[in-house]
Amino acid sequence: MERVIAGRVIVPGTAEGPVLYSNEPLSFWGGYDHATGEVIDRRHPLSGAIAAGKILVVPASRGSSTTSAVLLEAALAGTAPAAIITAGPDRFLALASIVAEEVFGKPVPMVAVSANDFRELAGAGRAALRADGSVTFRG
Amino acid sequence: MTVALTDSDQALLAGEKGPGARLAMSIVARMADVGGVATLMDITAAHIDSAIYLGEGSMAFAERLATLGGKVVVPSSLNVSGLDEHGWRDWPVPPAYAANAQRQMVAYQALGCAPIWTCAPYQTRHKPVFGQQVAWGESNAICFANSVIGARTERYPDMLDICAALTGRVPAAGLHLEENRGGQDLVRLVGIPAALMRDDAFYPVLGHLVGKFAQERIPVIEGLDASPTEDQLKALCAGTACSGAVALLHVVGVTPEAPTLEAAFRGWAPERTLTVTLDDVRAARRELTTTVGTSVELVALGSPHFSIAEFRALVPQLAGRRRHPGTEFMITTSRIMAALARADGLLDPIEAFGARISVDACILTMPMLSPTTRTVMTNSAKYAYYTPGLLGAAVAFGSTADCIESAVAGRIIRDESAWNG
Repeated sequence: MERVIAGRVIVPGTAEGPVLYSNEPLSFWGGYDHATGEVIDRRHPLSGAIAAGKILVVPASRGSSTTSAVLLEAALAGTAPAAIITAGPDRFLALASIVAEEVFGKPVPMVAVSANDFRELAGAGRAALRADGSVTFRG
Repeated sequence: MTVALTDSDQALLAGEKGPGARLAMSIVARMADVGGVATLMDITAAHIDSAIYLGEGSMAFAERLATLGGKVVVPSSLNVSGLDEHGWRDWPVPPAYAANAQRQMVAYQALGCAPIWTCAPYQTRHKPVFGQQVAWGESNAICFANSVIGARTERYPDMLDICAALTGRVPAAGLHLEENRGGQDLVRLVGIPAALMRDDAFYPVLGHLVGKFAQERIPVIEGLDASPTEDQLKALCAGTACSGAVALLHVVGVTPEAPTLEAAFRGWAPERTLTVTLDDVRAARRELTTTVGTSVELVALGSPHFSIAEFRALVPQLAGRRRHPGTEFMITTSRIMAALARADGLLDPIEAFGARISVDACILTMPMLSPTTRTVMTNSAKYAYYTPGLLGAAVAFGSTADCIESAVAGRIIRDESAWNG
């Protein structure tokens, strides 16, 4: 069944792809290999999954302040998620995408949704981000 | 933009102080909008984590700012880099990597940052003072500056820290504001032996445990029956900033904003309470170890960077001993601490033990491990937390004494007695 939730645009853009969901925050530094787009935090539920090209749905980043730099590398290398959806704005991921846009013209589209809507995404198989921040998804 | 900018902010945004400052102000202002922050505020110092070389992006960003003529407008110290600038040839660091990492180091110095290259800037003259508004990067340093010193910084991402330094401005939000500095979660230590609470190895473990519980919230630790040293608090903060995103913690009776439980919570009731027993501490200690075997190819100390006090404490423990030929022993530290230790004659006995010192960087930021390293042993929660993912090696956590015994024996040895209650 298709559903639509309203999100807040953090970094504008559109994207569509398979959903990679976890309700565990993810540190990109030590948690994301920007050479391959793989989640490499071996303590994280998404460990081993390839996030490149997918709609990554995580509540937030965490841990090291180097998270932003890793996402920037991935954005430039083409190994970043196609878009990132967080529960509320995440400054660390937002900063990476803003720099990717301002300095390199390669943003990672980013939308923040409410905590309730975030949980709705747990069962999503595919999702599409629209320019207005809305997220359409289905199981 | 929805953030209200002053005339001087607008001038920066219009490029009146050059294109570097313009770019930095644009990023700072957009970040204020992301957080829904109404105004910007001044900072008087910065600590820059962005100099770690991660790839083309981190280097290109730094060189772009330098090419655009950016200059920091507040005293700004540099965190660890991706390279031991003068010593990297002693390690299996690829020369092409070293060339890029050094280019990035040069770019940050061109921006006017002080090349202290350490993740423990709070143990140098760049230490801020109580109440000082600063923009710090590096998770352990952020937590230490806020918690142990009582300086005020948000948790700055890489690249935003340098933008703050280039403009002297940050979003007026979060931990910069006194009203946001009160505790949220209570962590009660119950039935933990006082002797264990005096042990250095207790603090990284407690940090790991508290960070996992608190995540990005502000924990208040009650019941610490000890007077922790600066290095113990350093280990505590580093641990909380790995398993969680703790940017500020209070320890009742120890840290400056927590003379009492009530003060730590600013009069509010705890939103959540965690009771921590000896069993919980033991479980947290086990979580920091991933290896199931006893082989160990590398013992690594010094995350955050080893201090002069830690060098002094280590030396007597190494006297007359020598590491096993199959187990390397490494200490990561800053140029400043290494020079102090050298001048005090502390490095000779360490080198006689067979240990090597590396400065400016660490095992997580410089590709310095031998390819045969499958298991790393450490006394650091940070090394323990990140080694499996970043270095693809198994890890064993132990006390400093465990690390030494293991290096001598060439296999992992841990003394459980302190943890048995």
